[in-house]
Amino acid sequence: MIPAAFNYLRAHTSDEAFAHLQQYGAEARVLAGGQSLIPAMRFRLARPAVLVDINAIRDLNVLRVNDHALTVGAIARDSDIERAPWINDTRWTLIRDVSRVVADPVVRQLGTVVGSLCHNDPAGDWTAAALAARAEVAVRGKDGVRHVPIDEFLVGSFTTAVGEGEMALGVHFPAAGDRTAGAYHKVERKVGDFATAAAAVQVSLGADGTIREAGVALSAAGPCAVRVKEAEEILKGQRPSAEVIRAAGDAASRRSEPQGDLRGSVEYKKNLAGVLVVRALRQALSRLGVQA
Amino acid sequence: MKVNVTVNGVPYEREVEPRTLLAYFLREDCGLTGTHVGCDTSSCGCCVVVLDSERAVKSCSMFAVQADGHQVQTVEGLANGGTLHPLQQGFWDQHGLQCGYCTPGMLMTSVALLKRNPNPSESDIREGLAGNLCRCTGYQNIVKAVQQASAAMGVQA
Repeated sequence: MIPAAFNYLRAHTSDEAFAHLQQYGAEARVLAGGQSLIPAMRFRLARPAVLVDINAIRDLNVLRVNDHALTVGAIARDSDIERAPWINDTRWTLIRDVSRVVADPVVRQLGTVVGSLCHNDPAGDWTAAALAARAEVAVRGKDGVRHVPIDEFLVGSFTTAVGEGEMALGVHFPAAGDRTAGAYHKVERKVGDFATAAAAVQVSLGADGTIREAGVALSAAGPCAVRVKEAEEILKGQRPSAEVIRAAGDAASRRSEPQGDLRGSVEYKKNLAGVLVVRALRQALSRLGVQA
Repeated sequence: MKVNVTVNGVPYEREVEPRTLLAYFLREDCGLTGTHVGCDTSSCGCCVVVLDSERAVKSCSMFAVQADGHQVQTVEGLANGGTLHPLQQGFWDQHGLQCGYCTPGMLMTSVALLKRNPNPSESDIREGLAGNLCRCTGYQNIVKAVQQASAAMGVQA
């Protein structure tokens, strides 16, 4: 299975890549890690006429934490995150969990966070995490760089807010307060398979021990990753308890709209989504020293 | 387009189509058939090679043009003359293979794994090799082989 022929353009700067993308528009695709794009091209599910390789653009190889955010540039690899110095900081536990279960360890050597967001697979891992962490994606267009909230970025299956001739430069995960932790729970038949169901959560506790902020999202539960607003509202302002967590899980089961397939029936997957939200919330809270 | 890829220390300058995958470049343009193609769709890990002495990558899911100017190590680059690499010796001693089809990928993934983590635990090894499928061994002896190599390489250093 050999991909259809294409023109290959290697960009050395973002300006150069952007100029190519502007010139070729819908004919062109960005090549970052290529771990979804290249298999798709081999199956001839994708047949771009032009590939713009951004792997040589050094200033996109960014993985940086400051007071405001964790910034992941367009060619930072999943495996770079696993080894980042801040990886044991509780605030980034959701990011850490995800970085360890995307695809398989060899694919993670090349696969990128931003590429996964741009691919927007219904069963993607980073999309659900970005929703729970309320990330923003930096997108360069004709009028400059705009920061797109993840809820607007994820338009539908394999579709994002990145328009023709535009490119995603990086993703920003906002730095939450000290008493913040997350967790990602995924069930898959085997390493590297698409998720049967997965849940991403992130919670911040206030000084009084109540839940100040909560992010809850599901993967493999609809056309693309979904935020479970009802679960977030159930959690917010409450003191962590088994009842509140169960109610959030039930809301996730209701929100989940999976497709029945060989990985499980609709009924099973809806139930599983709720179970995973409950487990992920318990783990996130236990990372903050709270048993619920 | 013209590419120049250094494979096992030897520069290979070749004219390739951009759609040529690295696995086929190695096998057909460089004549290095030690890199196997199993599933052809990035699932099985038979085609793993080491890029720039650092990253184990699936060469069926990377274009040869992306390796232009880079260093690639394949299974042919492991042995030093007649002396097997400690990982190869480990696979030999511990019966880490039966049919041998997955072995080049197992070896190259393990090379990168031991470079990053010279003293892996059993679970580090199992997790590190989770992208490589073997249908013969049940993995037990592959894990033992990597453990033996880890110990042997520690002694060397």
